[in-house]
Amino acid sequence: MIWVSVVIQGVLLGAVYALFACGLSLMFGVMRIINLAHGDLAVIGAYLVWVVADRAHVSPFVALVAVLPVMLIAGYALHVALIGRSLRGGPLTPLLTTFGLGIVIQNALQEVFSPDVRSLGAAAGPIATWSWRISDALAISWLGIVILAVAVVVLGGLELFLRWTAPGREMRATAQDPDAAELVGIDARAVYARATAIAIATSGLAGAFLAIRSTFEPGSGPTQLIFGFEAVVIGGFGSLWGTLLGGIVLGVAQTIGGHLDPQWALLAGHLVFLAVLASPRGRTLAARTVQP
Amino acid sequence: MTENQAKARTDIETARGRYLVRRSSRRSGVTLGALAVAGAALAAVPLVLSTYATEQLTELFILAILAAMWNALAGYGGLISIGQQAFVGAGAYATILLVQRGTPPYLAIAIAALAAGALALPISLLVLRLRGGQFAIGTWVVAEVLALLVALDHGVGGGTGVSLTGLNVHAPADRQAYTYWMTLGFGALLLGLAFALLRSPAGAALQAIRDDEQAAASLGVRVDTGKLLLFVLAAFGCGAAGALTLANTLFIQPRSIFGVQWTAYMIFMVLVGGLGTFEGPLVGAVVFFAIQHWFADLGTWYLIGLGATAVGFALLAPRGAWGWIVQRWHVQLFPVGYRLVARDDAPRDAADPR
Repeated sequence: MIWVSVVIQGVLLGAVYALFACGLSLMFGVMRIINLAHGDLAVIGAYLVWVVADRAHVSPFVALVAVLPVMLIAGYALHVALIGRSLRGGPLTPLLTTFGLGIVIQNALQEVFSPDVRSLGAAAGPIATWSWRISDALAISWLGIVILAVAVVVLGGLELFLRWTAPGREMRATAQDPDAAELVGIDARAVYARATAIAIATSGLAGAFLAIRSTFEPGSGPTQLIFGFEAVVIGGFGSLWGTLLGGIVLGVAQTIGGHLDPQWALLAGHLVFLAVLASPRGRTLAARTVQP
Repeated sequence: MTENQAKARTDIETARGRYLVRRSSRRSGVTLGALAVAGAALAAVPLVLSTYATEQLTELFILAILAAMWNALAGYGGLISIGQQAFVGAGAYATILLVQRGTPPYLAIAIAALAAGALALPISLLVLRLRGGQFAIGTWVVAEVLALLVALDHGVGGGTGVSLTGLNVHAPADRQAYTYWMTLGFGALLLGLAFALLRSPAGAALQAIRDDEQAAASLGVRVDTGKLLLFVLAAFGCGAAGALTLANTLFIQPRSIFGVQWTAYMIFMVLVGGLGTFEGPLVGAVVFFAIQHWFADLGTWYLIGLGATAVGFALLAPRGAWGWIVQRWHVQLFPVGYRLVARDDAPRDAADPR
């Protein structure tokens, strides 16, 4: 029974990673770049929620509703100011600029909010502590279920958006060939900016849930970036459903490792990622053309 | 000059009649002489300057090694690594392990650097499958895994860190001088290796890979071999830098020696100095060393400044300070590329090669 519990905790943890991975997967799919500041932008989202919840005395869930549009606009602005320009500098420039941006964000957050470790768990009220007790060894937290449901809705909704709506088709067309897309009247730059905006908004969502379910600090970003990226790779760069699955596999690996020995939690997740890379499938991962 | 190169040269001459393809200029010849003089002067530093100055210069040379290695990967191989700290840490911890088993410390440093280079072989099987940003984070994960594994091993101090013992048989001034000479020697060796690699046919292939990997592969350039050579060289260099950092500071912790800040410093030095130029990273190392000296007390603002400067250079001046100097004065101290020079007897209406 204890192993069932461990696996279920892993699935719920994996939902957070899938939310982190969602934006990475989208940006990589559309622009072929990896935003190395993705985790740090998520941490900005967590701090924004913390500020709104604290000042307006509202639940973090209410604050999140106010913060998401801000993240959306910030993502669009970030694309215009930095990422779009970097894309013109060649394939390596976005990596350099987003890595630099990450360092700026981490230290700016530390300057403004101090290096203290915080959590939104207490502010979230009873939902953060309620759980559904099935037996002595097995209890499922409500918060975990909520996050898993949000992850399914966000990743699934994005998948449907890309597949069935006109802006989604534009995004897929631009991902396949930006020049050809422009020939048929699509503004590729605007499409890229929209993709970045969506990616940053989902990262804010992930950051807020991370903050509610555990803790965050100014330097939390890089670790979450790595987990999100591992989820994308384990899921196989294929689709957003794959990314969700990848996040869950990573989460389960970490909880199983952590159950054997707390020090093995992170290591187990990394090893699953490296094993996927080493597998015959890993050989084709990088070469695979991505269809978001 | 090989037969092929000679033939290529005559081909170009007869085809165009106006230009010569040159590798080195008189200036770069002068450089070679100046280098020998500078090398001798630098070697004399511990005999002339204080122990403190020697220690500081050792630190500067370690930074220069790191910058040159990161530039070799990114500037010539198109490989942006966020995980070179894996090899910095591996070099330092391999030194600890060897000294614990009775190897003399300075010999241990040399073996540890080679071991870091050897470690790059299995790692390359995993990460060289990845491209661009995937490679960047893939290397980062490898560094995290090594840090976690070292923190689990209580034989090397676990997470709390470990001191390098065995160097206290030397007086502090002597020890600092030996470490300095060793760093200087490694610096010269690594720059020499990078220079030789870039001048070789493999170097031309590498630069072709950087500019367009698919085009290079379609012309029959062996993409994988070149990247592997660079990856192993950079691992060897970073391993040496890690082992020498240990000898310079005598104490390390897994969190800091495997920390991603090493990569942040490397990126800063290379971007400021000039990505893809041979001399740029050395300029960048001096700039970074000075900035660190004056502004590190500012803490977070100092790091915000470093990050913002790196972003600014990447966007606005991708060839860095040295690129600007080259554009303005056409100097090249270490000739790793080719230049077109107008022939004196060519018709005056010949287009200016610049």
